[in-house]
Amino acid sequence: MIQIANVSKSYGSFDVLKDCSTTVNKGEVIVVCGPSGSGKSTLIKCVNGLEPFQSGQIIVNGTSVGDPKTNLSKLRAHVGMVFQHFELFPHMSITENLAIAQIKVLKRNRDEAVDKGLKLLDRVGLKAHAHKFPGQLSGGQQQRVAIARALAMDPICMLFDEPTSALDPEMINEVLDVMTELAQEGMTMMCVTHEMGFAKRVANRVIFMDHGRIVEDDSKDAFFANPRSERAQQFLAKILHH
Amino acid sequence: MVYEFDWSSIPGALPFLWDGMKISLEITLTAIVVGIVWGTLLAMMRLSSVKPLSLFAAGYVNLFRAVPLVMVLLWFFLIVPKFIEQAFSLPPGTDLRLTSAMIGFALFESAYYSEIIRAGIQSVPKGQMAACQALGMTYGQAMRLVILPQAFRNMVPLLLTQGIILFQDTSLVYVSALADFFGAAYKVGDRDGRLVELLLFAGLVYFVLCFAASMLVKHLQKKYHPA
Repeated sequence: MIQIANVSKSYGSFDVLKDCSTTVNKGEVIVVCGPSGSGKSTLIKCVNGLEPFQSGQIIVNGTSVGDPKTNLSKLRAHVGMVFQHFELFPHMSITENLAIAQIKVLKRNRDEAVDKGLKLLDRVGLKAHAHKFPGQLSGGQQQRVAIARALAMDPICMLFDEPTSALDPEMINEVLDVMTELAQEGMTMMCVTHEMGFAKRVANRVIFMDHGRIVEDDSKDAFFANPRSERAQQFLAKILHH
Repeated sequence: MVYEFDWSSIPGALPFLWDGMKISLEITLTAIVVGIVWGTLLAMMRLSSVKPLSLFAAGYVNLFRAVPLVMVLLWFFLIVPKFIEQAFSLPPGTDLRLTSAMIGFALFESAYYSEIIRAGIQSVPKGQMAACQALGMTYGQAMRLVILPQAFRNMVPLLLTQGIILFQDTSLVYVSALADFFGAAYKVGDRDGRLVELLLFAGLVYFVLCFAASMLVKHLQKKYHPA
């Protein structure tokens, strides 16, 4: 589904990504973790071309992301992405947020788009809020709407960029529950997150990044039981004991 | 000797003054509408990653912001009429002062509007564009549906305030002897030898209109952006 091969990216002389390679198969859930500044968010944004990269190749569902001939809009329409700060459109109602891209990008008719949006809103447990505006919802609720908005496009895979980092602790679980359910239904997912409980519950593999490199890329059990690199051991020790 | 005010020439001149006010408002409205449309395009060009576009927009804005408005109006008063006469093969001597004043104002104000709009676009968080693109929207769709509506909402008070300044600036068309409100007042005062009274009256009218409009802007700002 997603092949990342020898991807490197730099800002001037600063290397953000160094020779990163990995593969995400259909139905797999990959958790990407690592200290801040390690390049994990940048890597996930390269997958749908939100961040350009200088060398290497990323193939999503048979389409090369870095190829200048690729119609990125077309590709992105089917790659869902959820952001740290939700990025709902504040000037539109929840219903409109869910429908707008279906109508303008997928050319669905309005009734069909609204209907589909409301179904997904119900699925994330927020049907009663359809008429409200994003500013009237809590962070956790906004993030669930953002997930529903991405799902409304019938994505072939979902990218999560620190979806719970901006949330108050008591709201983290409501978002993780939605993500867990999605994973269990077989959605292909790549998640940048520090939620190791989530990783233990649903991830197939864990990728650990440090200073722009993929340091570990292992099955979940191997990663948590026995991380090979010293850096990952330190990271886990800090993150699991607080 | 104390100056003796004589306001008697004003009532009779009101229809003529009203015609002048219509010209002032016409120029103001045209300049606001064209200024916002052309200013939006300039702002988008300026923010574009296409170098020639952003250089053109930067040059345009800096040029118009670095010359006095009166001078721009004179250029347009002297050059544009001849140009239009030729382009539309009008008989020489057709009165194009209003048209050239409108064009001059619109082009000049666009430079100021584009800076306001550019700041407005930049006030929308970067993540909004990323979210649009992640949903498969093109740059144009993202701008039209998501970025500009938010930018304009943030900018309304500034755009209106600029409109008020613009209305006051229309008085500068007196350089082309066009009878806008100020020009009309001047003409009446000159004719009746009551320049002081007419200019005081005109000043009062400008003050009342602009002050009321400023209050309205403040009220709107409080209503839509509390805190």
